[in-house]
Amino acid sequence: MTLTDRTFDPGAPAVRDDPEETRRLEETWRSPSGPVGWFMPVNQRIIGRRFIVTAFVFFLLAGALGLLIRLQLAVPENSLLGPELYNQIVTTHGTTMMFLFAIPVVEGFAIFMAPMMIGSRDMAFPRLNAFGYYVYLIGGVAFFGSLFVGLAPAAGWFNYVPLANKEFSPGLGVGIWTTMITFIEVSALTAAVELIVTILKLRAPGMSLNRMPLFVWSVLVMAFMILFAMPTIIVASLLLILDRLVDTKFFIVEAGGEPLLWQHLFWFFGHPEVYIILVPALGVISSVITTFTGRPIFGYTALVVSLVATGFISFGLWVHHMFATGLPQLGLSFFMAASAMIAIPNGVQVFCWLASLWGAKIRLATPMLWVLGFFVIFVIGGLTGVMVASIPFDLQVHGTFFLVAHFHYVLIGGAVFPLIGGLYYWYPKMTGRLMSERLGKWSFWLAFLGFNLTFFPMHQLGMEGMPRRIYTYIDGLGWEGMNLLATAGSVVLALGFLLTAFNFWVSMRRGRPAGDDPWGAPTLEWRTSSPPAPYNHRHVAVVHGRYPLWQEREAGRREVVIGLRSDRREMVVTSILDAEPQSVQVLPGPTIWPFVSAVAASTGFIGILVSPIFFVIGFFLAFFSFVGWLWPRRPWRED
Amino acid sequence: MTATPSPFGPSGRRRTAQAAARLAAAGALLAGCASDGSQSALNPKSPDAALIAQLWWWFLGVSAVVLAVVVLVLAVGLLRGRGAQGARPLPESRRWALVVSGGIVAPAVAILGIVVSGLWIGRETGARPTPPDVTVEVAGKLWWWEVRYRDAQGGLIATTANEIHLPVGRMVRLLLLSDNVIHSFWVPNLDGKTDMIPGQVNELWFAPGEAGTYRGQCAELCGVQHALMGFLVVATEPAEFEAWLAHQARPAAEPEGALARRGREVFQQSCARCHTVRGTAARGGQGPDLTHLAGRRTLAAATIPNTRGHLGGWIADPQSIKPGNLMPGFALDPPDLHALLAYLEQLE
Repeated sequence: MTLTDRTFDPGAPAVRDDPEETRRLEETWRSPSGPVGWFMPVNQRIIGRRFIVTAFVFFLLAGALGLLIRLQLAVPENSLLGPELYNQIVTTHGTTMMFLFAIPVVEGFAIFMAPMMIGSRDMAFPRLNAFGYYVYLIGGVAFFGSLFVGLAPAAGWFNYVPLANKEFSPGLGVGIWTTMITFIEVSALTAAVELIVTILKLRAPGMSLNRMPLFVWSVLVMAFMILFAMPTIIVASLLLILDRLVDTKFFIVEAGGEPLLWQHLFWFFGHPEVYIILVPALGVISSVITTFTGRPIFGYTALVVSLVATGFISFGLWVHHMFATGLPQLGLSFFMAASAMIAIPNGVQVFCWLASLWGAKIRLATPMLWVLGFFVIFVIGGLTGVMVASIPFDLQVHGTFFLVAHFHYVLIGGAVFPLIGGLYYWYPKMTGRLMSERLGKWSFWLAFLGFNLTFFPMHQLGMEGMPRRIYTYIDGLGWEGMNLLATAGSVVLALGFLLTAFNFWVSMRRGRPAGDDPWGAPTLEWRTSSPPAPYNHRHVAVVHGRYPLWQEREAGRREVVIGLRSDRREMVVTSILDAEPQSVQVLPGPTIWPFVSAVAASTGFIGILVSPIFFVIGFFLAFFSFVGWLWPRRPWRED
Repeated sequence: MTATPSPFGPSGRRRTAQAAARLAAAGALLAGCASDGSQSALNPKSPDAALIAQLWWWFLGVSAVVLAVVVLVLAVGLLRGRGAQGARPLPESRRWALVVSGGIVAPAVAILGIVVSGLWIGRETGARPTPPDVTVEVAGKLWWWEVRYRDAQGGLIATTANEIHLPVGRMVRLLLLSDNVIHSFWVPNLDGKTDMIPGQVNELWFAPGEAGTYRGQCAELCGVQHALMGFLVVATEPAEFEAWLAHQARPAAEPEGALARRGREVFQQSCARCHTVRGTAARGGQGPDLTHLAGRRTLAAATIPNTRGHLGGWIADPQSIKPGNLMPGFALDPPDLHALLAYLEQLE
């Protein structure tokens, strides 16, 4: 069926694409190539793809560390890894998974997909976007690299003081953790600001808030959560940097400092963090279910309200990480109730999806398979999550392998499985090709089986008294069988994930060409070509409902915005609620400045580990780079 | 009633009074490994731990049902669409019924159950009838446990390490301290864990319900040797406990025999800077009090059994047993080591 492009006015004539204009548009939005050019693009799809690929590289690296952990624990009194190295590996595994994989990968998906889904050509602040990526890349490489030179932190991913104080962790390790995490969170904040403004102001005309795809809603909720959660971890790690660097004594007990202050600050960030990772994955599930059932999702409003409620509630339950610290019972009881309450919005979402799936004609393609796997694993993780909300029960399982099992069920089942589903689903928009279905299914079943073999026995290990983060355990406590089983499972799990990585790589060249809309999906990103042209949408769409592509197919025509110039990067700015066109924004083109700024800032952040003077050097370098960045664009170049 | 001689051997007395314990054992057997059960929340040996274990079996049962229902709804829903007649969605009202019952009502009931049970069990396990029968101060060290028995006025009765004797059926108050990093005190068979945080004193109250030897372990990452920071709780009948405590309060006995006396000299030279043996000039405070070392079941914080061979190995090369721990190795001449061991073995 051919569709005719039309303008706002139904009576207006069909729009004809002038090839000359298309060429000029392409020229305007194109990113430079070459070795220097690699550091210059600002287009959202390029930045987003880099985020995703870099994050998955860190996922594989941290996953390899996870395998080492499992190998060490396979048998009692094993001497594969010494205690110091083991603690470094555990800390790096956790930190990398949380800060270098989970957050960046959801940001990557958000940056890559959300603008296309709302019919935009780019994001609101493209250079900030690029800056965020380089910050993440430099910070991530510096952090992970510390493991290879034996300088990695060993105080656990939540770095409890006093263990993380200079007295008990004298090396560079915790310093690297605090500075690099602060640095990387700057990148999360830039992405959050960027996503919020883009989603609220750059939606295609007609895409009012209640027509926004659920994935975009989840990204919006995530971005707001980042905005409120990340400053806390930045403040906390800054205080710790100051304690370690200039002896400020925020956390030194003998000087009136307070170890619990760190825990409050850390978990005020740390708990929302889990939902920051989970929420976008829930958005992916809604997208995949809609497409593969081929009909509107059930309970759109309920799903949106649940996402928003999850965001709010997640800020009210950080103390459930601190039930064993001796806080008064009354205060703890509040957090027990709040923690259990999160079951309601999540329950509503799960059952909305179940209602959508009931009786639907489902295509069991690979993305759908990963989503179905999510249901089993996430429900188990959710159930144990509700259990640990109970204070007396938590006091038994807190700090044990039961917890390790719980949060891997939530994070791998709840976030990684749907995200891999999303990777299979949106791969055509990254490469123009489809990933192999056969490899995808093998990968899924291996990962599903391996995951449960690895983590299910850990519930029992925790109940039987095995604390987490121990580099070994003595023989005869009855933990041998379960640990061996878990280690065997982890090898299967690793194979499953590696198969997807292989599939990703091989399909770039050999995959079946996808065409624009291989899955028959309803949302705007499938209106672009595969892979999309640099400008994403040849014409900015006008939207009349939640499922624009299905509606257009039914109507046999589509409406578009005309009048945007093709000789500079222009986008339509619309109103927040109803997406009524308001003005046109002109975006900057490729530039090296964000990269220069990121390098300047990292000079300060990394140098501070060596000497405080680098703070001053970094400050001035960054200042000059920002001057270059903000240098006024010459008006005569514009017109 | 006596405790099992070795904490690492099979417990041998798996009482089946508790249905929970029976299920636990069955679960462990099903999984193909016979759990020793001396460090397990599934083998409760106090009223507090028994309540929590019961809560767990309830949680497990309800969760299994919930999971089964979700998977069943998913499976049936998927199968209904597989037929030739195409999609057969639920009518709108049925869908809402599903979402409201499964997503709101069921979780709300579960939350109510969790909060009420949590508050009730929290109140039971947190009960603090004054005054306690026994007060013990436990301080988390790097990486061992100092244990100090206090009388009702707070006076010190005896100091020991890594082995806490308690009377069965009596209310025990533990004062949990740390002067270094955060540790967490946990004996799964007896109660949930409580952190030991520098600058504050946390309390843990419970009454051991049955004589036996239970193993505990630090449950908060506390540095290099977090993994091997264990201890034993030995619950005995009150009379036996009183006798034990009275003995612990006494200073060390005079060594008998020339070899042991020679050993005391070696101890004064090599060990006294860090270790105390009450009644001698050894007053070091860095390491565990060794006044009654020979009476303890384990060495190196419940890591190795307290036998002559292990003791000798530990003194000569503690770093190979617990890498990174704070005790340096002592390359003593064989006769000196021999004498030292003879002396230590007399510290009953």
